[in-house]
Amino acid sequence: MKKNRNVGIVGVGQSVYSSHREEVNQPEMIHEAVVEALEMAGITMAEVDCVVHGNMELFEMVHQPDLWHTLGTGAWGKESLRVTTGGTTGATLAAAADHLVASGLHDVVLAIGFEKLQEGHTTGGITNMADPLWGRQLQTGALTGMTAAQMIEEFGAERAKAAAMAYRILMDANAMKNPKAHRRLGLRPDQAEELAANSPALVGELRMIHMCSQSDGACAMIFASEEKARQLCAQPAWIEDHVTAHREEMFCLFGNAPVLTTHRHCARKLFARNGIRDPRREIDLFEMYDPSAWWGLDWLREFLLLEGDEHLRMVESGAIAMDGDFPVNPSGGVIASNPIGATAMVRVAEAALQIMGRAGGHQLPRPVRRALASGFGGTMWTVLFLLASDTERQAAA
Amino acid sequence: MELTPDLRDCFTVPGKLALPYTYFAGRIGSRFLLALQEEHRILGVRCAGCATVLVPPRATCDRCQADLADTWVEVGPAGRVENFTVVRYADRHVPEPVPLVLALIRLDGADTPLVHRLGGMDPEAVRVGLRVTAVFAAEPRDTLLCIDHFRPLAPQPSAAGPRPQGG
Repeated sequence: MKKNRNVGIVGVGQSVYSSHREEVNQPEMIHEAVVEALEMAGITMAEVDCVVHGNMELFEMVHQPDLWHTLGTGAWGKESLRVTTGGTTGATLAAAADHLVASGLHDVVLAIGFEKLQEGHTTGGITNMADPLWGRQLQTGALTGMTAAQMIEEFGAERAKAAAMAYRILMDANAMKNPKAHRRLGLRPDQAEELAANSPALVGELRMIHMCSQSDGACAMIFASEEKARQLCAQPAWIEDHVTAHREEMFCLFGNAPVLTTHRHCARKLFARNGIRDPRREIDLFEMYDPSAWWGLDWLREFLLLEGDEHLRMVESGAIAMDGDFPVNPSGGVIASNPIGATAMVRVAEAALQIMGRAGGHQLPRPVRRALASGFGGTMWTVLFLLASDTERQAAA
Repeated sequence: MELTPDLRDCFTVPGKLALPYTYFAGRIGSRFLLALQEEHRILGVRCAGCATVLVPPRATCDRCQADLADTWVEVGPAGRVENFTVVRYADRHVPEPVPLVLALIRLDGADTPLVHRLGGMDPEAVRVGLRVTAVFAAEPRDTLLCIDHFRPLAPQPSAAGPRPQGG
């Protein structure tokens, strides 16, 4: 990616993620994240030039929420922009903030993603994404059993189901270390068989235990030009690159599987233009938008450009655990916390916190020099970020 | 250039979006509604930094970011019409028979105007500067319509007589 100037992440704020936040309205909940991000950056709203705001369309039945959220965002008198690209919104907000600072238009940009899923009707909103003529009467909202079916066909039911449940239990172990995570269930590996048998079936082999939560929450991030970032922060998380790919594919209704996924497409492009030949060795951490245990498991293969069953072996061996050689989602991921308009931003934010050394109880035990973060949405949309520390950038220079 | 498309055998697909929601009022909004419902009192918050009383209340001052959670003051129930408009077309989203008067009313003690409806008078007689007061709904409601409408403090020429309670 050609940049006019470098951009660093210097502040991250997150509300607690929860199933219910009756005690705060939307701007009040957003304000919690904004205050925390400003505190981490050590600035006030006076130093913020522009506010970028986004969430899912229709989910709370609020039109132009950026306008009346000004009470909590601090955007009064600032330039501002609303971004809404479905599930990828949070990552697109980070991309937009990066563009605004890298271009030289603004020195400091505050990006805010939020959702209060308990206030609306998620599946009602998502269902209306489908084509009114070909798909709207024939789909199941965000829930799909397609990936489970494909993995069972490829690897056999016993191994595929066991790996999906192992992924789920590993993610819960991470969430237990993150006090802001929504679902912290305390699952144990010896519960795998019981969960597989007793968790309510949703679609095909996708069960309730595999699926992400529906959360209320907000995330705020502060992006600064290199000059500003160095003044504000001892270790900013530098935005090295990001790639976005969107596709309307109706889940193979019109095409024949297998198709090149947008995940693999983005990963190939990102790695090629950043000289990454062996992502598992050259990248220290991956915060992945994993809407279900099946997708998290399957998408490891796509994002890491793996073949065969290597992704299953990464889960079976514990390589993706916090102490493994390629940690995935120390935050607990999307399965633990899913305030959708914030969710993809939380991936970038958590990757940044790991680089900044500010992740608290779920900070990785070794330094994070280079991190990946992904957003997912639509029928198959991807935003893929590459972040780096000063150490990494000096080594590359 | 005149467009003359061939519309024979072109389908249109009717549909309907149904999006139920439940808005969480939050602690500040809830206190405001409870005071309206149970005590017929109208509350605002006062930002010391901006020396401003804000109605409806909010948790944070949008200008200076001050925390306003415990700065309650009582305002009204009388106030002044700062501006108004007359709705003269009927549609599904218009809750009342037309003509309907919507007004910005600055309550006594407040610095910001509140949007509400005016009743009990001829729409043609409404003027900026008119003194009005709140008429509370007989039954409790979960919204700002705990105040059913505002009416003139002094008798005014009335075309329709006292306004019936709406909702």
